[in-house]
Amino acid sequence: MAFISVFEVIGPNMVGPSSSHTAGAASIARLAWKMMHEKIRRVNFVLYGSFAQTYRGHGTDRALLGGMMGFETDDVRIRDSFEIAEKEGIEFSFVANTTETDVHPNTVDIEIEDVTGRRHTVRGESIGGGKVRLTRIDGVKVHFTGEYHSLIVEHKDHPGVIAYVTTVLSKCHVNIAYLRVYRETKGGIAYMIIESDEEITRDTVDEIEKNPFVKDTMLIRR
Amino acid sequence: MDFNTSAELIALCHKENKKISEIMRLREIVYGESDAATVDARMKKALGIMKESAHAPLTKTVRSMGGMIGGEAAKLEKRRAEGKSICGSVLTKAVIYSQAVLEVNASMGVIVAAPTAGSAGVVPAVLFALAEQFDISDERLCDGLFTAGAIGSILMKNASVSGAEAGCQAEIGSAAAMASAAAVELMGGTPEQCFEAAAITIGNMLGLVCDPIAGLVEAPCQSRNAAGASNAITSAEMALADIKSAVPFNEMVDAMYRVGKKLPMELRETALGGCAATPTGCALKCKIFG
Repeated sequence: MAFISVFEVIGPNMVGPSSSHTAGAASIARLAWKMMHEKIRRVNFVLYGSFAQTYRGHGTDRALLGGMMGFETDDVRIRDSFEIAEKEGIEFSFVANTTETDVHPNTVDIEIEDVTGRRHTVRGESIGGGKVRLTRIDGVKVHFTGEYHSLIVEHKDHPGVIAYVTTVLSKCHVNIAYLRVYRETKGGIAYMIIESDEEITRDTVDEIEKNPFVKDTMLIRR
Repeated sequence: MDFNTSAELIALCHKENKKISEIMRLREIVYGESDAATVDARMKKALGIMKESAHAPLTKTVRSMGGMIGGEAAKLEKRRAEGKSICGSVLTKAVIYSQAVLEVNASMGVIVAAPTAGSAGVVPAVLFALAEQFDISDERLCDGLFTAGAIGSILMKNASVSGAEAGCQAEIGSAAAMASAAAVELMGGTPEQCFEAAAITIGNMLGLVCDPIAGLVEAPCQSRNAAGASNAITSAEMALADIKSAVPFNEMVDAMYRVGKKLPMELRETALGGCAATPTGCALKCKIFG
């Protein structure tokens, strides 16, 4: 059986009122925030299921926006995240989607644009006790929890790209814990998610970005 | 050093001649890929947050997000200070602190989920009520949190601590089981007695449904935290008197999970049954969400 840390039982330390609707929401958005290189300009949150029904009473909206500014689950600034985001010049909006029901009950799509115009849409699910997973990046189905140091590589589905990336990682002495590749269509856009015990350095990522089929990278520290 | 069941944990305690808290702490250092200083600092931080959230609302009242709760801890504290309380010191304080933590939680204050946010009042309520009566140090209270964590981890592995999955019995029931075991160890009980207390507690809360009004972590969650804390204290008292649960802990955990799985979806955090579905519950929902 998987190891359960004592701090998964006595924890997380969090702003209330709900581990799934508040802490989980903040964690999903913080994970999405970590994927962006630059300051956020605009963000739209599409809420599904229970998130859509009860987000106001649970502060889900404030927690999501707080996470989008890098706040951790126990950061009291979550309470004032609307005011802080306005001061920071971040545009934000919330849309409740109550028609689509074929999703996990606590699901959010986060549409993000940074100041350079780089855009990503991330789907996250809050699966209980503050635990979360990302299940889509730009519409492509993935599975990602952010529990490890991670690198997400957006690339063209083309022979040799995976070999190139793993060779660079090997040269840089990065031990891969998990490696998963996701794609929608043959020859289309694919996502490679690399999870490692050690931190992956900027130099390693720069080397990976030299490959002509690599479109974008997202480096996420644990 | 790892364990999946109560029997494995008790065997480890005897083999290593250690308390449950000591085994749990060592396990965290070894398998959590951490060191003693980091683990202890993290637990001390959690205890500090618990202490603040259990005490702050006694003097400073804040309304909840949904507006259904706020000020309960201060009202109770007033009665206690006037010497009018009918419960006795430990139980009265446990009730007060359990209400306080839920008030902090419902007003977007900082709490420690133990094991969840909706049940976050139970463990700190029992620990601080005992600490003030029996002069227990913060260091030993951290031991209490490790013991509570050990029981919680077994419940997570073998059953559930989620109201959405198995009802309030799995959420506040688990918190109460954790608190009762911690109380037994802090008051000098054996590892076996810790599990007897936890088994009695779960047995006493079997079948409790999760039916939050308007889907919010306010009512009846807040008063049920007081029920959980009281339950934990009475079970600890029984176990310390060497009374045993008729059904052993591992079987009681199975029973709780099976009961939880049989609860209809309306009674598992969906706010479609129980208190939430009463005329008053529905009226409150309309008032809050329009």
